[in-house]
Amino acid sequence: MSAQHYSIFALARQALAKHRGWTPAWHNAAPRERYDIIVIGGGGHGLATAYYLAKVFGQKSVAVLEKGWIGGGNAGRNTTIIRSNYLTPANIPFYEMSLKLWEGLEQDLNYNAMVSQRGVLNLFHSDEQRDAHERRGNAMRLHGVDAELLDTAAVRKMASFLDFENARFPIYGGLLQKRGGTARHDAVVWGFARAAAALGVDIIQNCEVTGFVRDAQGQITAVETSRGQIGASKVGMAVAGNSSRVAALADLRLPIESHVLQAFVSEGLKPVVPGVITFGAGHFYISQSDKGGLVFGGDLDGYKSYAQRGNLPIVEDVCEEAMALMPMVGRARLLRSWGGIMDMTMDGSPIIDRTPVPGLYFNGGWCYGGFKATPASGWCFAHLLARDEPHPVAAAHRLDRFAAGHLIDEKGAGAQPNLQ
Amino acid sequence: MMINCPHCGNRDSGEFHVRGEAAQRRPDYSEGQDAFAEYVYGRTNIAGIQHEHWYHVAGCRNWLTVERDTRTHAIISVAFAREARP
Repeated sequence: MSAQHYSIFALARQALAKHRGWTPAWHNAAPRERYDIIVIGGGGHGLATAYYLAKVFGQKSVAVLEKGWIGGGNAGRNTTIIRSNYLTPANIPFYEMSLKLWEGLEQDLNYNAMVSQRGVLNLFHSDEQRDAHERRGNAMRLHGVDAELLDTAAVRKMASFLDFENARFPIYGGLLQKRGGTARHDAVVWGFARAAAALGVDIIQNCEVTGFVRDAQGQITAVETSRGQIGASKVGMAVAGNSSRVAALADLRLPIESHVLQAFVSEGLKPVVPGVITFGAGHFYISQSDKGGLVFGGDLDGYKSYAQRGNLPIVEDVCEEAMALMPMVGRARLLRSWGGIMDMTMDGSPIIDRTPVPGLYFNGGWCYGGFKATPASGWCFAHLLARDEPHPVAAAHRLDRFAAGHLIDEKGAGAQPNLQ
Repeated sequence: MMINCPHCGNRDSGEFHVRGEAAQRRPDYSEGQDAFAEYVYGRTNIAGIQHEHWYHVAGCRNWLTVERDTRTHAIISVAFAREARP
């Protein structure tokens, strides 16, 4: 199916025709008997994987299976931040590849994902934190990523409303990544779904995987779904949040815990927060959507959960951090809060790898960082599925790195997923 | 979420610190490196009722075994960890 090309001219033509000529953005496919590659999970990562499989790796027979609907999972529950301000040599190139893909994504997909490079500013509140941020900035610059260390005066110029003289957490400066920013989360999945479908990928919604069919050698030959059995040579899982549940269908036990992370949005306000700002004395991040709502969040609730909702202690904690950082936020009313389920790994970094089950490939463990990784995750997973070897920037993100001791320990928290 | 501590009574979950799956068993030294890797890093992570350890850090400082549904946060039972070993 070929998609309509979106442009100012198409918009003008449709306006003259009273907008009656728009066709659905993608075809809602019914499952065929078999595919070369099946991707489980129709979130951003699964759809991006399918798109790059078709576009870059020339795969003609690809399906995405989604148990609910496109945009209904974590793709609709994140805080839309894109950035590549990481510290470890394994993570910086991967997230930088992602940020570069974000920069050209809308033209590539012919879809307005509202990518806005408004900057990500990580504040620090002590001399020691300044050293840590300087080190992180240096690591980024050594990898060719932009980073600027700002002093208090420069931060004051960007965001004069912050509580610079806070008695406990005075602001000493910040590390700024100007190329970071935000993107429209729904548009990302819709754009990938539309572009993938246009290249012949079947996007099958309301199709939950309930089991794997394996031959005598253990090789995956098909998946059992709520819409019948579908044959496949290779199956890729991209179901972060529910990775352990799907892996258990193939008798795999993963180094992952599922945790609930809450996020919040205020009523719509006039433009006030210039980019993404994070609070260094706790765990709090805030940005402003194009609609005007302040979008913010903080720590995990801390206990394992699949409930997609959290509890009040974290609501209190996040709001206290907001008040410590920018007291003016207290005048805004909270509009909504929600929870999403995070695949928390044992070192805080993701996994893109084969599994011990032949024919089954794994993409997951995205912790809090899944949204920004969407394009690179899709590209690297497509590379692995199509060529059976890891993409160079994701070669360290192995499933067996925990047992082997080659952890990508971004935060150094140890095997404590709720502290990552 | 409230946890009914056998010593202190029904208390806010904020008083507790969660440790994780209670069914994890420290392997014997003779079982080798793979068994220890599985013990430290592997998780069953079920969507359903599981036993987990919580520490009443702002209360009696007892370790508890809590039976909880990870899909709903409903707590089914609470006992002292030294008495309840799943």
